[in-house]
Amino acid sequence: MKQDESALISRPRLSRRLFVKGLAAGGVLSAMPRLLSANTNDTRLGSAPVLSGKVITLVIAETPVNFTGVARMATTINGSIPAPTLRLREGDEVTIRVINRLSVSTSIHWHGIILPYQMDGVPGISFRGIAPGETFEYRFTLKQSGTYWYHSHTGFQEMTGMYGALIVEPREGESIQADQDHVIQLSDWTDESPMSAFSKLKVQSDVYNFNQPVVGDFLRDASTIGLKGAFEKRKMWNQMRMNPTDLADLSATTFTYLMNGMTPAGNWSGLFNKGERVRLRFINGSSNSFYDVRIPGLSLSIVQADGQNVKPVSVDEFRFGPGETYDVIVEPEGDAYTIFAQSMDRSGYASGTLSVRPGLVAPVPELDPVEWLTMTDMMGAMDHSAMKGMDHSAMKGMDHSTMKGMQTNPLEVPSQTARHASTEYGPSVDMRVDTPRTNLDDPGIGLRNNGRRVLTQADLRSIHGVLDDDRVPTREIELHLTGNMERYSWSIDGLEFGKSTPVSMRQGERIRIILQNDTMMTHPMHLHGMWSDLESAEGELLVRRHTLSVQPAQRISFLTTPHDVGRWAWHCHLLFHMDAGMFREVVVS
Amino acid sequence: MKQLINVDVIKPLAVVAVFAMSTSSLLARAEMDHSKMAQAKTDQPEIRDPHAYSDGYTLEKGPYALGGPRQIKLADEHKFWAIQGDRVEYDSDNDTGVFDVRGWYGSTYDRLYVKFEGDVASGRLEESQADILWSHAYSAYFDTQLGIRLDQYDEGVDRQWLAIGLQGLAPYWFELDMTAYIGESGRTALSLEAEYEILLSQQWVLQPRAEVSLYGQDDIENGLGDGFSDVAFGLRVRYEMTRQFAPYVGVEWTSKLGQTADIARAANESVRDTRYVAGIKFWF
Repeated sequence: MKQDESALISRPRLSRRLFVKGLAAGGVLSAMPRLLSANTNDTRLGSAPVLSGKVITLVIAETPVNFTGVARMATTINGSIPAPTLRLREGDEVTIRVINRLSVSTSIHWHGIILPYQMDGVPGISFRGIAPGETFEYRFTLKQSGTYWYHSHTGFQEMTGMYGALIVEPREGESIQADQDHVIQLSDWTDESPMSAFSKLKVQSDVYNFNQPVVGDFLRDASTIGLKGAFEKRKMWNQMRMNPTDLADLSATTFTYLMNGMTPAGNWSGLFNKGERVRLRFINGSSNSFYDVRIPGLSLSIVQADGQNVKPVSVDEFRFGPGETYDVIVEPEGDAYTIFAQSMDRSGYASGTLSVRPGLVAPVPELDPVEWLTMTDMMGAMDHSAMKGMDHSAMKGMDHSTMKGMQTNPLEVPSQTARHASTEYGPSVDMRVDTPRTNLDDPGIGLRNNGRRVLTQADLRSIHGVLDDDRVPTREIELHLTGNMERYSWSIDGLEFGKSTPVSMRQGERIRIILQNDTMMTHPMHLHGMWSDLESAEGELLVRRHTLSVQPAQRISFLTTPHDVGRWAWHCHLLFHMDAGMFREVVVS
Repeated sequence: MKQLINVDVIKPLAVVAVFAMSTSSLLARAEMDHSKMAQAKTDQPEIRDPHAYSDGYTLEKGPYALGGPRQIKLADEHKFWAIQGDRVEYDSDNDTGVFDVRGWYGSTYDRLYVKFEGDVASGRLEESQADILWSHAYSAYFDTQLGIRLDQYDEGVDRQWLAIGLQGLAPYWFELDMTAYIGESGRTALSLEAEYEILLSQQWVLQPRAEVSLYGQDDIENGLGDGFSDVAFGLRVRYEMTRQFAPYVGVEWTSKLGQTADIARAANESVRDTRYVAGIKFWF
C-alpha cells in the first residue's frame, strides 16, 4: 500500500524521492563552494554564520538558490539561508542596521522580543517599512533572554528565505547547562512564487493535498467495519463539506522541508561527544508547516518554550507551528541519531543528524500514516465524554461555589460558553463550534496514542518567577478563529483584516484573552509586543509563550499585560492564513 | 405585461424557487444537525459584536496610527482571477466538439463571472451561450449570480436574457449551478447543472454530471419547445497529470424532451444521442 501511495503521489516533474529529500547540495548558490569544501570536517555545515556584539549590519538582497534542481531567486539576509544567527546579550542596547538592496520594500520583525513598537518591524503598523535602497536602524534594549528568531514581515519574503535565529544570552549567566549548543531551524521552501501558490489555493483549496480520501479507502472500510459503518464514518464530513485530511494547505507537493537550510538529502549534521549534554534550539521558521519533531533513541528534555525557561519535561516528540521555539536537552550515548521532523500532513519531512563525527548517518524513520481528523477536531467537547464530565463537574462546581458561596470575581476563571460574533454568521465562516474543548492535554491529530510520549501544552510550566503577575484580569476578550476552506479565506470573528477594527488595550491592565478555534486547522497565534501567559480551563497560570497554537474546536485562554504602548500585530503565523486576513491590530494606549 | 403572469413564465421560476428552497432547506438541515449535536443542552449562544473591543478606533484612526492611507492590504483586499476549462472535448465519430469554459475576476466575495459554453461541428461554432454575471457570496458555500446571457445560433435567432442564479457546493459535495432566465417578449428559461467527483485515486477522478434545461414558451426558430427541453447525463474519467491539467475520456448521453423532442422529430433530427468524447479539463 505504501508503495502504491508513493507511486500515486509522484509528480511527473520530479521523482518522489527527490521531491521529499531535495538536492544533497541544495542551498544558496554563492555559498556552494564554502559548503562543499566544508563537507569534510566543518561541523557547522549548513549552519548560518553567527553575528554578535552591540552593532550589527544586515543586508537584504536577492540571491540565487537551488534546493530541488531548479535555480530560483531567494530573498536573503547577508546572503545566507537561514539568515545569520544573532547572538546578543540580555541588557545590551543593540543597534541593528538593515540595508535594503531589493527592488521592493522590506522589514525585519524580532519575533518574541519585547521592545518599543516603532522597533517591532511590521510595515503599516509599527513603521512604514524599509524602502528600496534605504537603511533602517533598529535600536532597542534586550530585556529578556532565550531562543528567538527574526524574519521579514513584508509580503511573502519570509517564505522566500528571510528568517534567522536570534539568541539572547542571559546576563546573569546561563542557567541551562550544556556542553554543545546547536540551533535547529526548520523551514519550508517552494520553487513556486508564493503568490502563485496562494492564487491556486484561491481556485482550489485542496490543490496541494494528495492524501485525500479515495474509493479504495471506502472499500477497505466497508470490508472492515461494514458498508453502513463506512458510510457513517463519512457522513458528517460529507454533510459539512469538510475534508478529513485537510491537515495543511501546502504540502511536499510544492515544499522541500529544510533543517538549517539543508534538504533531507543534504543532511545537516551537528556534532557531540559521548556523555555530553547537548542543547538543541528548535525554531519553527517555516512559512506554513507544523512539524512533529523527534530523535529516535533519545529522550528530549524540554527546558525552554518560546525563549522562556520551563520546568524540564521529558518527551519523545513535540509538535510546533510556525513561530514557536523549543529548547531541548539531549544526552546521547550512541554514535549517530536522526533528527526527524515530519510535516503534520505527513507529506514529507526535514531531517538531519547528530553524530560524534562528521559523515555518520542513522536510520531515517518512515513517515507516519495520515490520520483523519476526528469528531473532537470538529465538535470540540462533544465526544470527549471524560473531558466533558470533568469540565462540567469541576467547572460548574467551581462556578457555583465561588459565585453563590463567596461572591468572588467571576473573572478568576475563564468563561466556558462559546459566544460567536454576529459576523460569524455569513459567507466567511464554514463552521462554528458551540461546545469547544478546553483541555490542553491533547497532542493533536496524528500524535494521539502513537506509542510515543508527546508534549502537550498541559505539560509546560514556566519556572518560578516568570508568571509573577497574579492579578485577576479586569476583563475578558473573546475572539474566534474562523475561515472558509472552500473559498480559502481566513479571518477572526468572520472578519478579515481589511474589515476589522483594532483590539484596544490599556497599558498595564491585566486582560484575559480567549481564543476559540472555529476551524479544523491548528493556528499558531502570535501576539506582538506582549507575552501570552497560557492558563488552564480552571484559571491556573501555566506557561509564558509568544505564540500559542490553538487546535481545531479548542478554546484556550491566556492572560496578558501590555506594558508597551503603540500599535501591534496579532495574527496566525501560518503565513497564508495571516495574509488571507487572520490578522488583528492591537492598540495599547 | 399580461405575459408576465402567464403560466409559462411562472413555471420555470417556480421550479427554480422550489430548487432554491429545497437546497437551502438541505443546507439548513445539515447545519441544524450539526448544531443540534454540538450544542447538546446548552442554551442558545449569545451573539457578540465583533467591534466591541475597539473603543471606537479603526485601522486608520486612533492612538499611534501611522496616519495617511492604510498601508497594509492583505489578500482579503486583493483581486484574484482564474480561467477554468471544465470541458473542452471532441467526439471523433461525429466530428463535433463541446467547450465549457469559465473565468472569474474579483475578491473572495464578489466576482465578475463569465460562463461560456458552446457546440462546434465540423470546425464551425454551431451555437454558444455566454453568461456574464456578478457573483456574490451569500452563504458559506453558495453564491448568487446576477447578469445577462447571450445566446448565439449559427442557424436560428440569437437571444438575450437576464440571468439570476445560485451556484455552489451542496452537502455531500454536489457542485450545483442553477440559473433562471428572463428574455424578451416574456421568454423564460431555466438551467440546472449538477456535478460530482469520485476520487478513484489521488490522480484518477470519475466525474458524473447531469444537466437539464427548461423553457417557458416555444422558440420554434431555435428548435425549442415549451417545458423541459433537454437533459444530459455524462460520465467522465480524468487523469490529473497535475491538479491543473487533466485529459479525460467520457460518455455523454443526451435526450431532447417534450415539445422540443417533437420539433426535432418533425424536422427529422435525432432526439437521443450517445457521444463518446475525449477532452481536457484545466485551470490556471
